[in-house]
Amino acid sequence: MSGVAPIRERQGGGLDEAGAPETHDYLTRGRALGALAMLGAILLVTASVALACGSVHLSLLTALNDPASADRAILMGVRMPRVLMGAIVGAVLAMVGAALQALVRNPLAEGGILGISGGGAFGAVLAMILFSQFGGSDVVVPVCAFGAALLSTLAVYRLAQVEGRLEPLTLLLVGVIFNAFWGAAIMLVNSVVNFYFTHSILFWLMGSFEAPTWHEVAIVAALGAGGFAILLGRARDLNLLSLGDDEATHLGVEVDAVRRTVFIVTSVMIGAAVSVSGVITFVGLIVPHMLRSLFGADHRLLIPAAMLGGAAFTVAADLIARTAIAPAELPVGAITALCGGPFFIYVLRQEGRRTLGL
Amino acid sequence: MDGTETIAARPGADNAAARECLGAPDAVALRAIKLTAGYGNRAAVREVSIDVRRGELLAIVGPNGAGKSTLLRALSGALRPWSGTIELASRPLAEYDRRALARRMATVAQENPVAFRFTALEVVLMGRAPHLGAWRFESAHDLQIAREALARFDLTALAGRAIQELSGGERKRVFLARALAQEPEVALLDEPSAFLDLRHVAEIFGRFRELAATRAMAVAVTLHDLNAAALYADRVLLMKDGAAAGYGRPEEAMTAERLGAVYDTEVYVGRNPATGALAILPIGAPRRPAV
Repeated sequence: MSGVAPIRERQGGGLDEAGAPETHDYLTRGRALGALAMLGAILLVTASVALACGSVHLSLLTALNDPASADRAILMGVRMPRVLMGAIVGAVLAMVGAALQALVRNPLAEGGILGISGGGAFGAVLAMILFSQFGGSDVVVPVCAFGAALLSTLAVYRLAQVEGRLEPLTLLLVGVIFNAFWGAAIMLVNSVVNFYFTHSILFWLMGSFEAPTWHEVAIVAALGAGGFAILLGRARDLNLLSLGDDEATHLGVEVDAVRRTVFIVTSVMIGAAVSVSGVITFVGLIVPHMLRSLFGADHRLLIPAAMLGGAAFTVAADLIARTAIAPAELPVGAITALCGGPFFIYVLRQEGRRTLGL
Repeated sequence: MDGTETIAARPGADNAAARECLGAPDAVALRAIKLTAGYGNRAAVREVSIDVRRGELLAIVGPNGAGKSTLLRALSGALRPWSGTIELASRPLAEYDRRALARRMATVAQENPVAFRFTALEVVLMGRAPHLGAWRFESAHDLQIAREALARFDLTALAGRAIQELSGGERKRVFLARALAQEPEVALLDEPSAFLDLRHVAEIFGRFRELAATRAMAVAVTLHDLNAAALYADRVLLMKDGAAAGYGRPEEAMTAERLGAVYDTEVYVGRNPATGALAILPIGAPRRPAV
């Protein structure tokens, strides 16, 4: 961020020491816009590479210039929806991670780790099996995923409270248990259904962006955009919540109302993401953490930055997933989990002592 | 939005307008009448009545578990009282919405954990939040207030440091500066001197005495240090087991007899020849004096 100049002069009246760099003192509009422009550029480059690369060689120029070409058909029919879906789901997961971390004051909180995505996946799987013969499952599945995700959120939050205090370690342990529980529930369902469903269930457990329809892309995009607007509107409240419930209350935040809103919004977002792409873990952990160390903790920048950064990260992960052993494919959830596992340990060792009191 | 809010929201007009609706210095800013509050089914504060007046510093003292912090939490609006009333500027506290309350009353808790690596300046700027809309960035005016608050607590050089990198005392001063940036009429401070060395204790109480005098701020602090209470407070509330055991000027509230009963140990109360304030020392179980 050294390229972005401070937009205001110091106003301390000559008392300042030259030590601390001015740009990191606090977040200005200029700094926020600079960071977002940079992330936007990274996302554009990543997405372009992802559109150009794949198991079939494709020329972006031909595809854009010649509407009748095979390149165009592959680009618009296969790669574009896939890259878009990856970007949207990644954006949603990273924003949800950032918001949940602020709400529970724990840098290790994330939809996947807390078992909320697992709950959503179970809801989606159950809805798919129960309602598949009736059709119309593209509405029922996301709704059930949302319902189960919200239930998981509330249950995890309640169970992690010890004498009215949200204990960081208890929260993570409850998340571990929920993950195991939902995993087992999905396996149980898996063992009693026919072979056709078994494949879909595996897909939900590992996460993938294989062949989404434009219809699905549009629904998740709309829910993601709505969620983004609401979370951004609560960004300052999320900052204040970092100081604790009482402090936030003293600074004018209606803590319970904010918590309710964020829980519902993040559950809708996770439900939408899970219902189209299964369980993709750790995006919501890695991306906000990296952005915080780059740009500071202010959620007025962190939420939009997580949207762009999460999109770029997930598009890149999906690019690896479908090109590493082409023409065969890896599940993208496996890629993010392979990066995320060690990263989780790293953050735990780094931040554990300070933030979690380990 | 009601009338009082719009007055308080206008910067610059703060002092005059606030004084207009709260009355002259010495007027009661915050009043609790027969306040009872607690946790679960245990009452930690029983039927306490106090006034916090503009321009004065009120110290709340008492042994561990006497209910000092609970009283402060109830006064701040964070803890709903079981019974009794709290009035801010003669209006029940429950009638204020949170943001309006935050523009008039600042509270600093005993412990100040921060979850993420915000800088000291960012934490102080959070004090401006009740004055700003959800989407707005801080203006030059807000920044100036925050920088002045930092300077007042000797923190200018630390403005860009992450709050986690500061010592306990520095962090406490950052939170006091944040309270100041709120530009409140009432400040409630829970053990503000707990982690501070002698010089900074003196400075902090000096600052808040100054604010009480120049901005007609009403300041209530909980304290363990009886001598600090005697030296800096205009009035003292002495608490035991959740109830008031003494209330008034330091000489009235903290007599040797009262303190002996409240702390359950023998206490010497004299005068500090340097300041003329009360000097309070424990007597119980002394070492044999050297011959």
